[in-house]
Amino acid sequence: MAEIFVLAEHRQGQLRDITFEMLTKARELAEKTNAELTTVLLGKNVKESAKNLTEYAKKVIVVEDEKLGSFNSDAYLKVLSTLIKEHKPALTIIGHTSYGVELAPRLAAAIGIPLATDCIDVAFEGDALAVTRQMYGGKVNAKAILRKSESYMVTLRQAAFQAQKPTAPMNGQILEVPSPLTEEITTKRFIEYVLPPPGGVDITAAEVLVGIGRGIKDQANLPLVEELAKSLGGVLACSRPIVDKGWLPSDRQVGTSGKTVKPKLYVALGISGAFQHVLGMKNSDLIIAVNKDPKAPIFSFSDYGVVEDLFKVVPPLKNKINELKSQKA
Amino acid sequence: MDVIVCVKQVPETAEAELKIDASGKKIEKTGLVFDINEWDDYALEEAVRIKEKFGGTVTAITVGPEDSDSTLRKCLARGADKAIRLTDPKFEGSDAFATAKILHSVIKTMHFDLILTGAQAGDDGSAVVGPVLAELLGVPHAAMVKKIELGEGKAVVNRELEGGLEERLEVKLPALFAVQTGINEPRYVSIMGIRKAMQKEIKVMRLSDTGLNESEVGESGSWLKIEKLYVPPVEKQAEFLQGSPDEIATKIVEILKSRGLI
Repeated sequence: MAEIFVLAEHRQGQLRDITFEMLTKARELAEKTNAELTTVLLGKNVKESAKNLTEYAKKVIVVEDEKLGSFNSDAYLKVLSTLIKEHKPALTIIGHTSYGVELAPRLAAAIGIPLATDCIDVAFEGDALAVTRQMYGGKVNAKAILRKSESYMVTLRQAAFQAQKPTAPMNGQILEVPSPLTEEITTKRFIEYVLPPPGGVDITAAEVLVGIGRGIKDQANLPLVEELAKSLGGVLACSRPIVDKGWLPSDRQVGTSGKTVKPKLYVALGISGAFQHVLGMKNSDLIIAVNKDPKAPIFSFSDYGVVEDLFKVVPPLKNKINELKSQKA
Repeated sequence: MDVIVCVKQVPETAEAELKIDASGKKIEKTGLVFDINEWDDYALEEAVRIKEKFGGTVTAITVGPEDSDSTLRKCLARGADKAIRLTDPKFEGSDAFATAKILHSVIKTMHFDLILTGAQAGDDGSAVVGPVLAELLGVPHAAMVKKIELGEGKAVVNRELEGGLEERLEVKLPALFAVQTGINEPRYVSIMGIRKAMQKEIKVMRLSDTGLNESEVGESGSWLKIEKLYVPPVEKQAEFLQGSPDEIATKIVEILKSRGLI
């Protein structure tokens, strides 16, 4: 019977959301192709997580080793290539996360099997594997076919699939496998986690956020949007490019590598809506987006859209809000 | 420190409206502006800073069509010493895996202490070339790198995880680091730099110079074959507010008022 592998991702003792998202998609694929669903858990003292995973898979392969105590892609690579060569799963699924991005391409090349990364959909078409992935910052979708192989590998985008529990627990069997790591990993060594220093503003607590992106063009334009935020009683947040340029501190960044926010109002100015940003703000109560490109992905996640130059809309908007407030006062 | 930087020229699409061409497998390139991939721009800057601090050379290398020369000129103007362009009709259709093999065929003959790549490219967003190249070369690597501190025979790097968290790793050199945006502030190029760059030679290599055979590159040497491109289906669409900027502002104020937000 064919087998589908899902690499369980965990950090600091916690299974991460992507693990359950992958298991949900893998369950669907396993049912359709009559394959067995196996999840692979590598770590140290991970018995509790292993037990948790038995609800989601038919088999839980557990490899425990001192050397797997924190994520090390070279240690993972050695263990996984041993397991994949032995079990020959039809498909191995890994998260398109910071861990997965470091591990999967090198692992696929080392084993010699084809890989598609950052997939938002995966389907077997006979013995071929078809994937859907996004290009050009989410403006175009691509359907692609992987080179024919007995064993495939994909990484799945975070939050592309909604995690669901199986209708009945799968009562998976835990299979403890001795670690194939005989020698120390000398190529790289984990030192520590680093948390960014706490900043002055907590955007996750704000009721109104004005989010700015590339469309803001120049640091000199910051005061204008800052004033709008102030008029609305809110604060400025931003997408990644603004932090990369050093225009706002990293604690203002919304998205996968920043904060997840859920304000009453999110005004997106000059943000195209790459998924990394959208994941951090799509659950806001009301979203109004201003962008010059009518096809900007942000409009698919907004309640109201304005296709216009933000510098034409922001000044009258700010003035009208201030007028209204002075009338009330 | 001899540093090799792998770069790619890509269209700027953040604010452009894209059209799919007649083949259905590519986007319409006319009217788009091409530049160095944003992630590679940070990798290049990091390479030049390392050279300035430790001495050595920076070599920029790309797999791409002839017009990628403008990206290589930019690299030279910024401080790269040498530039190599790998161009061949047979390379067309290469995915990230085939591209990594092409880069490997040349880099394996060169001396390096460090290889830097962008963490991903703005066009296909694969994040594959760097780690695969490291595997082919048999050197350690780290991806999503946000800080590099070089030491004797090793480097300490910060990798970006999720939610603002980072991790610090010690990695043996020579190594390959796939660089995340924001690792530094790429400099502007001086007129002097551009003038000097125009005089430098760009070395062009073809399939026959790589030792690879035809089946290892292009579509036949790739993991992935694109069947079709399409505009993502819209699940939910915003209600578009029409009118002059002033009218739009009034409409937004009305919406905010009705929601009790002002």
